[in-house]
Amino acid sequence: MSRWQATTREEAAQEPALTIDALGKKCPIPIILLAEQIRSVPLNAIVAVLADDPAAYTDVPAWCRLKSHPHVATYELPKGGWAIHVRRNY
Amino acid sequence: MAYFDAASTEPLHPQAREALLMALETGWADPARLYGSGRRARLLLDQGRAEIAEVLGARPDEVVFTTSGTQAVHLGVLGTLHGRRRAGRHLVVGAVEHSAVLHAAQSHERDGGTVETVGVGRTGAVDAGAFARAVSAPGTALACLQTANHEVGTLQPVAEAAAACQDAGVPLLVDAAQTVGRLPVPPGWSVLVASAHKWGGPPGVGVLAVRKGTRYRSPLPEDEREARRVPGFENVPSVLAAAAALRARVAEAGEQERLAALIDKIRRTVAATIPDVEVIGEPVDRAPHIVTFSCLYVEGEALLRELDKAGFSVTSGSSCTASTLRPSHVLEAMGVLTHGNVRVSLPSGTSEADVDRFLALLPETVRRIRQEAGVSW
Repeated sequence: MSRWQATTREEAAQEPALTIDALGKKCPIPIILLAEQIRSVPLNAIVAVLADDPAAYTDVPAWCRLKSHPHVATYELPKGGWAIHVRRNY
Repeated sequence: MAYFDAASTEPLHPQAREALLMALETGWADPARLYGSGRRARLLLDQGRAEIAEVLGARPDEVVFTTSGTQAVHLGVLGTLHGRRRAGRHLVVGAVEHSAVLHAAQSHERDGGTVETVGVGRTGAVDAGAFARAVSAPGTALACLQTANHEVGTLQPVAEAAAACQDAGVPLLVDAAQTVGRLPVPPGWSVLVASAHKWGGPPGVGVLAVRKGTRYRSPLPEDEREARRVPGFENVPSVLAAAAALRARVAEAGEQERLAALIDKIRRTVAATIPDVEVIGEPVDRAPHIVTFSCLYVEGEALLRELDKAGFSVTSGSSCTASTLRPSHVLEAMGVLTHGNVRVSLPSGTSEADVDRFLALLPETVRRIRQEAGVSW
């Protein structure tokens, strides 16, 4: 599970403008919440999706690819699950 | 009712049913015995073996029958590793192989062996170059690659893999479960596995073919049956039925091309009529009968339930439809959307009218599920 680990310090440096807590929620709910709320942050701001459904690990980056919003990084959370960072592109 | 889950199992072919009933009458005795009914059972078993071997491009004495495709994979993987343990204990597998291959690989690892998993691209095909590099690692005892992926239909580069394996002196196990009877068996395999119920034969017949010269040693306790490779009493009637189904399937000229055109139609229409859908897998170099797509914001289980109510039997790689609550390892390895997933796989004889009904129903079904989930943008 290292494919999307953060690689550069700049990426790690940008704080999320919005954190969506989807812990305990099954896909597609984390994706629905992300799609609903990404437009509430400024362009180029970061939305962090906290999720522990294994499907979210694959599906949030896949949503980013389909919707042309960059997937910035995926961080493992200490208590399980991930913080998946997405940049609003449009 | 429309049954669109041929990749799980094909309905029994009428000629297989006929052969099965006949063989239950004439081929029930112990084929290892020397009296008349035993000799007759042996004759029938060898006749079925010869017919199936011919389609596989194998010699009859290279082919044995197991109780399932999964057992054929387990024995093929572990038996070849066992036979080659002096050459090394390293195993190479593709990332989207059937779980039977991956479970055998896990068993090998628990036993102290090593495994390298070769990744796939977005279409689900393994990188032939990466596969070739992996099999050239010293101590590689076996490599495994499927002909076509069972969830997305993508064909794997078996010819390139076989050439690389030959250069490296490594046997290649080819899992042909999804393509036997649909596409020619690619040459170059050392071990070949297949499953009769996927080509319209009965359940309970797996095929394990081991090329002459490939080192093989059964990982199971000694047994005299099936060239000492598979323990237990042979299922002669089902082998005969499997051979009859394969013979019938191979004789159905043009049917696979017709199914491939229907799959093309599904790929095109789904992409055109459903917003926010990802049609997955290789569009051209694929098995004739399989297509998979994922609908954004849709729960896979809800979609299957609605389609079942409407009379369509399809399946899904979404986590909510799996007993493990994990998405399909195939979709994960490809990095494609795993929720809202539907796999359609067409059995022989699928009518275009049924496909059209499915395509007409799908957009509204997806729209309704999205609406119920509060998705309204």
